Amino acid sequence: MSLNFDFPDFEVVRNEKNCNKCKVCVLECSNKVHFYDENKKTLNVNNSKCVNCHRCVVLCPLKALTIKKYPLEFKENSNWTSRAIKEIYKQSQRGEVLLSSMGTSNKFPVYWDKMLLNASQVTNPSIDPLREPMETKVIIGRKPEKLEFNSKGKLVTEIPPQVELNIPIMFSAMSYGSISKNAHEALARASSELGICYNTGEGGLNKDFYKYGKNTIVQVASGRFGVHKEYLNAGAAIEIKIGQGAKPGIGGHLPGRKVGKDVSSTRMIPIGSDAISPSPHHDIYSIEDLRQLIFSLKEVTEYKKPIFVKIAAVHNAPSIASGIVRAGADAIVVDGFRGGTGAAPTRVRDNVGIPIEFALAAIDQRLREEGIRNHISLLVSGTIRNSADIVKATALGADAVCIGTAALIALGCHMCQSCTTGKCNWGIATQEPDLVKRLNPDMMYKKLVNLILAWNNEIQEMLGGMGINAIDSLRGNRLMLRGIDLNEKELEILGLKYAGQ
Amino acid sequence: MLKEGQVRIPSGCAISGIIDTKGNRFSGQEIIKSIDLMHERSNGLGGGFAAYGIYPQYKDLYALHIFYDNSEIKMKTESFLAEHFDIENAGNIPTRPVPGVVNKPLMWRYFVHPRTYMAREEFIDEDEFTARYLIRINKEYKGAYVFSSGKNMGAFKGVGYPGDIGRFFMLETYDAYMWTAHGRFPTNTPGWWGGAHPFTMLNWSVVHNGEISSYDANRRFVEMFGYKCTLQTDTEVITYLFDLLVRKHGMPIEKAIKVIVAPFWDDIERENKEIKIELKAMRTVYSSALINGPFSIILGYEKGMIALNDRIKLRSLVAARKDSKIYVASEESAIKIICNNPDKVWSPKGGEPVIALLEEGAQQ
Repeated sequence: MSLNFDFPDFEVVRNEKNCNKCKVCVLECSNKVHFYDENKKTLNVNNSKCVNCHRCVVLCPLKALTIKKYPLEFKENSNWTSRAIKEIYKQSQRGEVLLSSMGTSNKFPVYWDKMLLNASQVTNPSIDPLREPMETKVIIGRKPEKLEFNSKGKLVTEIPPQVELNIPIMFSAMSYGSISKNAHEALARASSELGICYNTGEGGLNKDFYKYGKNTIVQVASGRFGVHKEYLNAGAAIEIKIGQGAKPGIGGHLPGRKVGKDVSSTRMIPIGSDAISPSPHHDIYSIEDLRQLIFSLKEVTEYKKPIFVKIAAVHNAPSIASGIVRAGADAIVVDGFRGGTGAAPTRVRDNVGIPIEFALAAIDQRLREEGIRNHISLLVSGTIRNSADIVKATALGADAVCIGTAALIALGCHMCQSCTTGKCNWGIATQEPDLVKRLNPDMMYKKLVNLILAWNNEIQEMLGGMGINAIDSLRGNRLMLRGIDLNEKELEILGLKYAGQ
Repeated sequence: MLKEGQVRIPSGCAISGIIDTKGNRFSGQEIIKSIDLMHERSNGLGGGFAAYGIYPQYKDLYALHIFYDNSEIKMKTESFLAEHFDIENAGNIPTRPVPGVVNKPLMWRYFVHPRTYMAREEFIDEDEFTARYLIRINKEYKGAYVFSSGKNMGAFKGVGYPGDIGRFFMLETYDAYMWTAHGRFPTNTPGWWGGAHPFTMLNWSVVHNGEISSYDANRRFVEMFGYKCTLQTDTEVITYLFDLLVRKHGMPIEKAIKVIVAPFWDDIERENKEIKIELKAMRTVYSSALINGPFSIILGYEKGMIALNDRIKLRSLVAARKDSKIYVASEESAIKIICNNPDKVWSPKGGEPVIALLEEGAQQ
């Protein structure tokens, strides 16, 4: 079609006074926004190609570049926003389902910001984490109803396999394929140094990373890519992925161009072939089928690995969670609808699912009413942005959280939300060797370590402030939270009192 | 103003406990003297006592102490009681007028036995049956409150300074082998008699000084096992935790202590393999039963008493021994006033229990 109505999102502005034409921007931009005109000896830009990833801005030695929103305004209309109009231009041009990356950018309430924490004053003392022990270790897995001791007082109950996390944080499932090998290496090494876990996602486990096994969660998803006996036994636990917050009810699609030699052998699929994960598991059409898969995996790992089940936060998440507990899972991972993704249909990402705060509160409460909350661990993800979110999630009832986007940001992601292009200038969401090597795992894993340790310190400070010295005592301790700017229904679902009550 | 059960009221306190480990019984005079000394630690808004060994003539029956707001609710509750229990003896709890103790509710005492066939029908033992139906009274019979329900023991409590409450209940006329006492300093209270401490359930009694910061985590945990925290107080949830662990889950008491004040992970790592596995299992399964925040408690039950501090000793607790008697109190002076020359005085470390049980063969 000849006439394309589309126009750029961003404008690259070069301060000619500062620019010495070193051409770093040309070299660094995989989207080919910057180009040098040999004849005119000028540096030029193609704004249409800019995704606003900040690579050129950050690397420009003379800081001569800035990126702005493209200054084109439609006549003001609250219903027909420029985004709505642009999407129609795009779809009418190409006839495609719109795809987006990372979590929804729409303005939905973030309930973490509508909860406030408590602190000790007078009637009980706060505890100084610099002087007193402050425990943030958590144990994830299925717990027996009770412990039994014999007549000599010796423990006779055997505890099912557990995963120990020194800090109640894991890295969310992100597959090798959707992110680079170097990004995986950084996640794996950071996890191993921190005593936490990362998650392979549905991309198999590269041979080079088996050595980080005890800090690895291996995932089994609907495409079963890279799943074999050795893989299943390689990690600390196995996660069955049913759904993902950014795209509940939808499968995955890794385009063939991202399937190079190494990804191909790790995923066990031919080079260049599309890797399509179907929406449902083709052997799970109901809860009893899930039970069979859980126990198949337990059999193949000789009951030595906990089995997690990951679901997207959807309307009836509490009853699904109850079913998962009864199906024999060891932990449930719930991913909220603001969670990230490498690629999801935009309409699904922006419209399907419920916020993680509600899903968490409702699931925790439901499992308690059924008396089975203590049988399993509950992990949550989907916009955990900082340590305060973790403290609030714990008080609502989570055992631990998973972070994806935050970890990628620590690795250099600038949230341009263009992962689908495969041209990530930061070497994260790409398989192009020249781009991948921009992410130096030796350097970047330390950023992850720094981030998690900093968050852990902050968690300890907040715990101490509440007069608590073990995170166990915060789990489900909703009296430590108060709501602000919430209506009665929201308070009821979250199980909170209002600030001042 | 809201009363306990409708609102959570933090309070500071004084506690004291005495046991004769040989089972010799002695009157309430000493414990009153001890708790009276710590007058400044309470504010006149609550005091109480638990006494063990006081009803030897009825030692096989559950002794129920009940507060009633009026005679109408008393009649309703009594018909519920009569339906589920054989009432062996009933009468009001004797008191004497004491200045400073006012607004007393109706106070009645019953010696009862559960209707055996009813317990059998529900496949539960007598303890569980009694606990369940008494919890129902506290939950459903507004204006009635069962504040003591053990065998051969009883709680006596009310609004006032603890010494006054002790004299009001004429505790010098009772003989017990073990006494615990509590003086309360609530930060806000309408002065409801049921809200005073000790809190008791069956033979358990708890007196407590502190404010536990793990309250809601503990509450939501025990409520999964059928308990209902109607009072929203720390002592209530502590009592239920011990009841759950020891009575329902059959855990040895010394293990239950290690759950309630779990050793730190670093300390567990230093233990030998066998102990490590056991402690780790306990922290794994019962992580929500860990009590956090400042507290010192005296847990009483038919075998004796256990005094316990939080893991980092954020509340005072002193213990002493003289012959066959063991004393614990918030302050050393509260022991010295009744035992000026103890064989040994010590200050237990955080998380380290004082276990003072009756000797084997001691008369209960």
